[in-house]
Amino acid sequence: MSQVLDAPPPMQVPADGDLAALAARHGLTVSGARPSVPAYVRQLWDRRHFITAFATAKLTAQYSQAKLGQLWQVMTPLLNAAVYYFIFGVLLGTKRGVADFIPFLVTGVFVWTFTQSSIMAGTRAISGNLGLVRALHFPRAALPISFCLQQLQQLLFSMLALIAIILCVGVPVSASWLLALPALVLQFVFNAGVSMVLARMGAKTPDIAQLMPFLLRTWMYVSGVMWSIDQHTKDQPRALSLLLEYNPAALYIDLMRFALIDSFGADKLPPHVWLAAAGWAVAAGIGGFIYFWKAEETYGRG
Amino acid sequence: MAEQTISPVPAPQDASAERVPTVVADRVDIVYRVNGTGAGRGSATAALNRILRRGKAEKAAGVRRVHAVKKVSFVAHRGEAIGLIGSNGSGKSTLLKAVAGLLPVENGHIYTDGQPSLLGVNAALMSDLTGERNVHLGGLAMGMSREQIKERYQDIVDFSGINEKGDFITLPMRTYSSGMAARLRFSIAAAKDHDVLLIDEALATGDRSFQKRSEARIRELRKHAGTVFLVSHNNNSIRDTCERALWLERGELRMDGPTEDVLKEYEAFTGDRKKK
Repeated sequence: MSQVLDAPPPMQVPADGDLAALAARHGLTVSGARPSVPAYVRQLWDRRHFITAFATAKLTAQYSQAKLGQLWQVMTPLLNAAVYYFIFGVLLGTKRGVADFIPFLVTGVFVWTFTQSSIMAGTRAISGNLGLVRALHFPRAALPISFCLQQLQQLLFSMLALIAIILCVGVPVSASWLLALPALVLQFVFNAGVSMVLARMGAKTPDIAQLMPFLLRTWMYVSGVMWSIDQHTKDQPRALSLLLEYNPAALYIDLMRFALIDSFGADKLPPHVWLAAAGWAVAAGIGGFIYFWKAEETYGRG
Repeated sequence: MAEQTISPVPAPQDASAERVPTVVADRVDIVYRVNGTGAGRGSATAALNRILRRGKAEKAAGVRRVHAVKKVSFVAHRGEAIGLIGSNGSGKSTLLKAVAGLLPVENGHIYTDGQPSLLGVNAALMSDLTGERNVHLGGLAMGMSREQIKERYQDIVDFSGINEKGDFITLPMRTYSSGMAARLRFSIAAAKDHDVLLIDEALATGDRSFQKRSEARIRELRKHAGTVFLVSHNNNSIRDTCERALWLERGELRMDGPTEDVLKEYEAFTGDRKKK
């Protein structure tokens, strides 16, 4: 080191507690302290326009360089579904015994993709946006929630494609389609909760983002996205099929199939399915929110 | 010596009442931790070592601690404009971020009146979106309401001068020249009124005429803001805007006093270094 520092001029350092007392006398508060839960919720609500604008902006920016532009919003999920149809439906033959296999598969893929991309985006919500976190004040939970909202918007585009497919293969329009709405709301809350948990973990340990694709792929294969849990667990122990059927991803996928496909009747759903789906949503939503909030003031440290 | 006391600034007009503090820093330490340095330089064995030795000495585990700000105390009052000076890497921007509450402090406390804000929205903007949408997004990110943005939208665009050479505001920001983008960013950031305003070298953007407009805008912001902190390597802009200066060197507060006195010492210090 070339420069030699001369001794700094002596500073008059105030005695312990003097400054704290001065701050207290004038009602100053600690900068960057974590607000209480109700205050945090209120801050989040005040930023709702930012959350939606950020989600929409991300979604629009995603394909703005592509020639086909926003058409990819629909093309990407369709191509995905085509690949799975070729591998699982045609080559491996999981379509045997499943009525309306194409809608069955496409619904599964789209609904699963919603959960998968929400969680992946959530994992990087803080660690991938440190610039934003270090420059501006906002409740940090806005980020994972905003990313989940972006995925929800993406899913709504996919649903348009899905409905076209369903009508093409001759599934009739029915009133039960309206059930898709509550199912989506529950799934969104669940996704947001899990995203917030992973956002905190990913903020502390960015390595999680490398690990998640493997965990998510395992989860996808056990969730009956491209095969029927109902059919394949007939001869298996009861505990195993219960475990598979009540895993949240499988629940949300089955609810959506139940809502949209008339040949997928209530007999294929496990008992108390709405209760279980709501339970997962509430547990993940509230638990994830509290877990994320507890580390609010630490986000942004290098 | 006047500069050795903690708050030697010439008192403003109302010297009778106790001056109202807006930011109090009480022996603040800020430490960055960096993974993947040390002996192994991020090699697999070093990483493994770090995991196995978790909770033991951080240094042995390959985590470097960078002590960026050391035991800094000061009191800033309402109506003051304070310049932060010091050579590169002396902890000025870090201190500013901690005052804004964006970086956690290791020891000590920072007390503030209201929410200090950094002037800057760069991170919230997206280059694939049009300037128009970025104005909205940036405004929302800073916490403005939709009505406020609508109200000030035309001012922001006019101030940035983006549309002087044609209808550029409806083009994606990635098509802007770097000067145009910087001007739009500053215009968005400066559109909001702040209690305590923290400015990090914002004066150096754009061409000469835009710089003049920015300086005027900053003076205007100062009128509304309680307190302004300005980080700059341009001693003249510090002289023009601030009456008090803090000199940080290697994370330590070396001097706190009227701008002229501090700058004299600082210029002697940096000039001295050049001769070596």
